[in-house]
Amino acid sequence: MAGLELLSDQGYRLDGRKASELRKVQARMSVFAQADGSAYLEQGNTKALAVVYGPHETRGSRSKSLHDRAVINCQYSMATFSTAERKRRPHGDRKSSEMSLHLKQTFEAAVLTQLYPRSQIDIYVKILQADGGNYSACVNAATLALVDAGIPMRDYVCACTAGFVEDTPLADLCHVEESGGGTSLSLALLPRSGNIALLQMDARLHQDHLDTLMEAAMTASKGLSKVLDSVVSQHLKEVSVLTRD
Amino acid sequence: MAAVRLSEAEKVYIIHGVRDDLRLDGRGCEDYRHMEIETDVVSNTDGSAKISLGHTDVLVGIKAEIGKPKPMVPNEGYLEFFVDCSANATPEFEGRGGEDLGVELSNTLYKAFNNRRSVDLRSLCISPGEHCWVLYVDVLLLQCDGNLFDAMSIAIKAALFNTRISKVQISEDDEGGKEIELSDDPYDCMRLNVENVPCIVTLCKIGHRHVVDATLQEKACSLASVLISVTHRGTVTCVRKMGRGSLDPESIFEMTEAGKRVGKSLHAPLMQLLQEEESLGKKRQKVGFLG
Repeated sequence: MAGLELLSDQGYRLDGRKASELRKVQARMSVFAQADGSAYLEQGNTKALAVVYGPHETRGSRSKSLHDRAVINCQYSMATFSTAERKRRPHGDRKSSEMSLHLKQTFEAAVLTQLYPRSQIDIYVKILQADGGNYSACVNAATLALVDAGIPMRDYVCACTAGFVEDTPLADLCHVEESGGGTSLSLALLPRSGNIALLQMDARLHQDHLDTLMEAAMTASKGLSKVLDSVVSQHLKEVSVLTRD
Repeated sequence: MAAVRLSEAEKVYIIHGVRDDLRLDGRGCEDYRHMEIETDVVSNTDGSAKISLGHTDVLVGIKAEIGKPKPMVPNEGYLEFFVDCSANATPEFEGRGGEDLGVELSNTLYKAFNNRRSVDLRSLCISPGEHCWVLYVDVLLLQCDGNLFDAMSIAIKAALFNTRISKVQISEDDEGGKEIELSDDPYDCMRLNVENVPCIVTLCKIGHRHVVDATLQEKACSLASVLISVTHRGTVTCVRKMGRGSLDPESIFEMTEAGKRVGKSLHAPLMQLLQEEESLGKKRQKVGFLG
């Protein structure tokens, strides 16, 4: 890759960050009044909107409902104007279906589904602007939306991406760094217990480097969990002021 | 649209209220709900706008791409509309559920906006018969509480006002083919004249009177509605009757007159707001969904 240095000699990345620095995270809960829970999250230039409906009775076929726990139904879609090249179909293509399955798997590990047998929880995530780390932004936004909906969870679910350049792990990749062809690892973590809900890696990586890469991703996710926690406490402060007598 | 279930007593209550010019939230029959508009919310589009009309939230993003002009009109560009009814609005729109409504909405938008007088399509031409600008207008429906057309048309007008299209130069290269060069300066761009872009007003007939900006609950009490698309001068670009009931000619005439009046009065405050927002320039704090 001529001319595009992911990590300069002084240790700065393309957008001026250091190797282990996260992008700026801003979030807000309860953006929509009509949904049961909603949240908007910005991670750098990646903007994600998550909406939760439920728990409610299983829509559609009765056969989909489980007798002992709730079904989690996720849909991941991108706005047609979210990417640099206009996307023709917001959802329904293979990548979106794969992402929806990943989200479902991630949240089935975190949500206490045994409390709601025979019901369904819908999580809809929309990417308004894609600049790398789409999956992570979705997971973080969906966590906030689930908290906003009051659905009991084991722990926050925080996700982050990590890459590897010249023996240095990079945390929180942007689109240029992801599409450069280098390694990209996505990790979804439950911070308090340190358990991993989802782990996915693309491209080749020497097995000696895998541990450092995972460590970097886990540290980044733990940092993100602190940010999400502060967003939730801020939201609670605002809401309690409004509902106080 | 997302259906809301209303009992007979509630419907009667709404109809009687409207008869006395008093709606559920205290508005008069021709009043709009609280509207918040913001432009330039999505940075990798050429123009964008977000509108909240009560509980209806719409986000519009416009991307300009170079394409081939239509054979019938070689020296004009064109607009392409796509409405995405996302599952955020209601779970019924999951998967392909929102496609029918999306197609219906985008067809109506074509009729109202895609004509030579609304947007100056000739300014979108680069070289006649070969290259032109195609504006892809993507409307994203985030929350649905009635009156989608009005919200979408105002958001589209704001987004078109915000659109910045890079200036291009055509040069001949060695083999005689045309080469398109984008100017180096990112701020060197062309703006669109949105003076004649219409705004859509939907009037729903409830009982014997009609209301502007109906919520979902009021829509459930109405049998028919008229959609009228009006420019700032009062010119009408599209009229449509929707709904399963029938209307007598007198009501249609009254409703179109009211629609023209209301529509005309929407443009001036909207343009004023957009100019004010524009004049703040870089100092403006972008709020988006974080506010």
